[in-house]
Amino acid sequence: MNPLLSVEHLTMRFGGLVAVDNVSFDAPATSITAVIGPNGAGKTTVFNCLTGFYKPTSGCMRLRHPAHSEFLLERMEGHAIPAKAGVARTFQNIRLFPGMSVLENLLVAQHNVLMRASGYTIGALLGVGGYAAAERRAIDRARYWLERVRLTDRADADAGSLPYGAQRRLEIVRAMCTGPVMLCLDEPAAGLNPRESAELNELLTVIRDEHRVTLLLIEHDMSVVMEISDHIVVLDYGRKISEGPPAAVRNDPKVIRAYLGEEMEEDEEARP
Amino acid sequence: MGYFLQQLINGLTLGMIYGLIAIGYTMVYGIIGMINFAHGEIFMIGAFIAFIAFLALGLIGIGWVPLALLIVLVATMLLTSAYGWALERVAYRPLRHSPRLAALITAIGMSIFLQNYVQLLQGARVKPLQPVVTGGVRFFETGEFAVAFSFLQMVIIVITLGLMLGFTLLINRTALGRAQRACQQDLGMASLVGINVDRTIALTFVLGASLASVAGLMFLLNYGVIDFYIGFQAGIKAFTAAVLGGIGSIPGAMLGGLLIGLIEAFWSAYFSVEYKDVATFAILILVLIFRPTGLLGKPDVEKV
Amino acid sequence: MRARAAAPPSVDWARALKDAGLVAGIVVLLAIALAGFRIQDESGGPPLAYRFNDVVAAALIAFLGRLGIAALRAQRAVPVLAGALVFAIALSGVLVFGADEQLLPFQSTVLNGTIALAAWMLSARAAWLVWHAASETSTEVREARMDRLSAQVQKLAWWVGPLLLGLAVALPFLPWADRRLLDIATLVVTYIMLGWGLNIVVGLAGLLDLGYVAFYAVGAYSYALLALHFDLGFWVCLPFAGIMAAFAGILLGFPVLRLRGDYLAIVTLGFGEIVRIILLNWYAFTKGPDGLSGIPRPTFFGLPIAREAPEGGHSFHSFFGLEYSPVDRIIFLYYLALALALLTNLVTLRIRRLPVGRAWEALREDEIACRSLGVHPRNTKLTAFAIGAMFGGFGGSFFATRQGFISPESFTFLESAIILAIVVLGGMGSQIGVVLAAILLIGLPEVFRELNQYRMLAFGLAMVAIMAWRPRGLLAHREPTVRLYHGPPDASDGGPRA
Repeated sequence: MNPLLSVEHLTMRFGGLVAVDNVSFDAPATSITAVIGPNGAGKTTVFNCLTGFYKPTSGCMRLRHPAHSEFLLERMEGHAIPAKAGVARTFQNIRLFPGMSVLENLLVAQHNVLMRASGYTIGALLGVGGYAAAERRAIDRARYWLERVRLTDRADADAGSLPYGAQRRLEIVRAMCTGPVMLCLDEPAAGLNPRESAELNELLTVIRDEHRVTLLLIEHDMSVVMEISDHIVVLDYGRKISEGPPAAVRNDPKVIRAYLGEEMEEDEEARP
Repeated sequence: MGYFLQQLINGLTLGMIYGLIAIGYTMVYGIIGMINFAHGEIFMIGAFIAFIAFLALGLIGIGWVPLALLIVLVATMLLTSAYGWALERVAYRPLRHSPRLAALITAIGMSIFLQNYVQLLQGARVKPLQPVVTGGVRFFETGEFAVAFSFLQMVIIVITLGLMLGFTLLINRTALGRAQRACQQDLGMASLVGINVDRTIALTFVLGASLASVAGLMFLLNYGVIDFYIGFQAGIKAFTAAVLGGIGSIPGAMLGGLLIGLIEAFWSAYFSVEYKDVATFAILILVLIFRPTGLLGKPDVEKV
Repeated sequence: MRARAAAPPSVDWARALKDAGLVAGIVVLLAIALAGFRIQDESGGPPLAYRFNDVVAAALIAFLGRLGIAALRAQRAVPVLAGALVFAIALSGVLVFGADEQLLPFQSTVLNGTIALAAWMLSARAAWLVWHAASETSTEVREARMDRLSAQVQKLAWWVGPLLLGLAVALPFLPWADRRLLDIATLVVTYIMLGWGLNIVVGLAGLLDLGYVAFYAVGAYSYALLALHFDLGFWVCLPFAGIMAAFAGILLGFPVLRLRGDYLAIVTLGFGEIVRIILLNWYAFTKGPDGLSGIPRPTFFGLPIAREAPEGGHSFHSFFGLEYSPVDRIIFLYYLALALALLTNLVTLRIRRLPVGRAWEALREDEIACRSLGVHPRNTKLTAFAIGAMFGGFGGSFFATRQGFISPESFTFLESAIILAIVVLGGMGSQIGVVLAAILLIGLPEVFRELNQYRMLAFGLAMVAIMAWRPRGLLAHREPTVRLYHGPPDASDGGPRA
């Protein structure tokens, strides 16, 4: 199968510090790829390179968009990556628009579609073009996703007033509202209780299977990683130390060593 | 060559004054992240207090210049720092946890208030002072032109360098300086490890005000005329200097002040006096386009 | 109330006295030089006059006031009430009946009046505590209460807006509307318009612009120069002036809008100064400090509002067969300002509900999240900058046509600061808050013009006081621009709507 994303020899240096060192991996299309590793392994840096927040020192990130040709992400500007290449993301520390309503958050995610529909504002100001219809469609899409994560009744509340778990879910569906082909999630299960964590697994599976979106996630919660990922990449000190399906990675001695000896196995045994 | 040297001396003198004011801006910004717009007025108040002190000394008959200068310097620093302290206590402390724009508007309000306060008490007319420090040396005499380096300029440069040295020692070597640097890093954390944050912030304002008051005194000596409006222009220039040097950085403020003084002097000398401020701001904008956090400011890494 | 039953906390008098003494000491330090001495402007006499009575009086009053407040905090309301009341009555008595000037603490009547007012306020507070027991409301409680109130005001916007608009339209025909009131109203409406324009930049997009007056100046000079050199009418020049101002906004914004927060603030401030200095020194073009005069007045669809009709044409009153009245022109200018302001409001309210408006607010909330959603930060900020500048330009054209004369003096930083204060005091992003703040900051001082020299002093103090009282502005409440449940909102954020 053709991978949707190929990262080739990615290196990111900050001054003397090499945060990501010659990392290459593929993310197969419509699958869930997990990037794991101890703290400071360079996972978030890889994400920041992918989503245009950092310009990598060297290397290449090739995205094979199903509807377009190929995008070289390292050559694109930050805002163009979600807009053109269809790569959306969430953040480790949730970044909603806290003073705006939940629904508004989801409409901002559809900014580019709505901008075109509003004739870049001028059309809608003069009352020409079908902006009203486009906005209705955007609201319908938002409503669909709100129902998916059980937030419909909070649609008009300020996003900042939601409880933590709901904010996490909202951030994920907000990224989905951009209509991505690939979704990068930075620790989506952090701070969630077991029930919320299980719901998250289900949501991510739905995104993969029903919406045919490729997922890339950074996660520390091994129950999430092992249960839903199709493919795992392990980083340590900026280098890739292992890659493969969950069963293979779990038993890789290098991975076990990176996670302080037996810790990871115990982790697995503790969960039935 | 002589002309160039003359402008260099003039620019450095002016730059020292801007640098002293800029330190106050940069310290306050570093510690509570607000633009203290009223700082220019503190400078103006310092100049007025120095003016009054000179006249009062004249009335009681202290005429020996070095002694008079010393008394005026101490009195001005003391009385002006009371304004710095009161400004923080009355206007800014209640707003410490409010949106930053609220503090900015308060600072602009205080600036308007202080300007009109001085205007009411001392009148709106321009106040001329007899020259206090006179004389100087002349060198590079070639025909009609000679480079003049007045004793006044020497006094200004020496006092400023002395203050900056003392101030740097204060920040780097004393407990107050340590507390100040800690607060600059993280206010909440500083208070957790037992630093009296309120007092440190108040002292920051006091220090800033006393440095600005010295600048006010020097401005008075250098130009010989003051009015209640001088704080605005000098304040904007000094703030520009602080930003140019990288706001929050004390060496940056001094460097920025000197640069702005030099730009003004040279632009006035070689291009046009009218557009010297345009040159200053244009250079500021250019520097910020290429170095968005100023010359010595820490590059602002985006935390994602 | 329960608090009444509890015994009042004991008072640490030694500490209170020390504290009051400290305050008095600080007041002496503050006042000794600037209030104790006065530099004499006249040559000949002594160069310095001194007068220490004021300093002593200020220190005493500070001491007593501080002690009184400490006692109030310790719930000793009765003695404070007695003391403050005696002081207030005595001072007011002397002030009103002018018994003996020597008894007054200060020379200035305004200062004495202020002290008397403060004493009355302290008595009122003490009296309140005597009858209502302790009820020190915390800042949070007060904030929450005011937030609810402002939410109510916003909810009421659907009728407050039209009501205000109706009032504004009817104003010239109200019985007490004289020339002076109309002039003040025109001024207030001009500032409301500028406030609404800057609100787009600061309130919605969250970009701190300290040089808004530059765009106001560009608009004014564009109109004046076009009208004077090409003999064009107001209505032809108005769009040009707006476009020129928007262009200036883009010219400035393009390189600097990636700067953050305060760096942007100083750059915009610098730009404002650059524009002013150029206007001041480019004599051939702008006549420098002399300013431009003889700027043509606006016409009513080509009909001049003047006593004399132009050669072979009509003027407004002759065309409609009306009696000419000199107030006509004032009323016309007032309506013109009102129309321009309404246009600003209408466009703002509409844009807020369009994607670009939501993107502005999203940028204000979190720029990084915006980028991750494909919003182009610089272009979006540029539109806010340009549209805000355009309305500033319209405001400038109106200013030029109203005054008939402009000079760089009208475009100082103070002007920017006042407009910014209107936006922030009103409550960032709130359209009706701007109206309220403009009336407070522009209207009131104009009404009290007699206080002349104290006007700006009080203005600065009011800015400080309002911010201390409501740090997020008077009406800081935001309604969503779109709702899932009640359909699209029809009056989410008030202000007069047409």
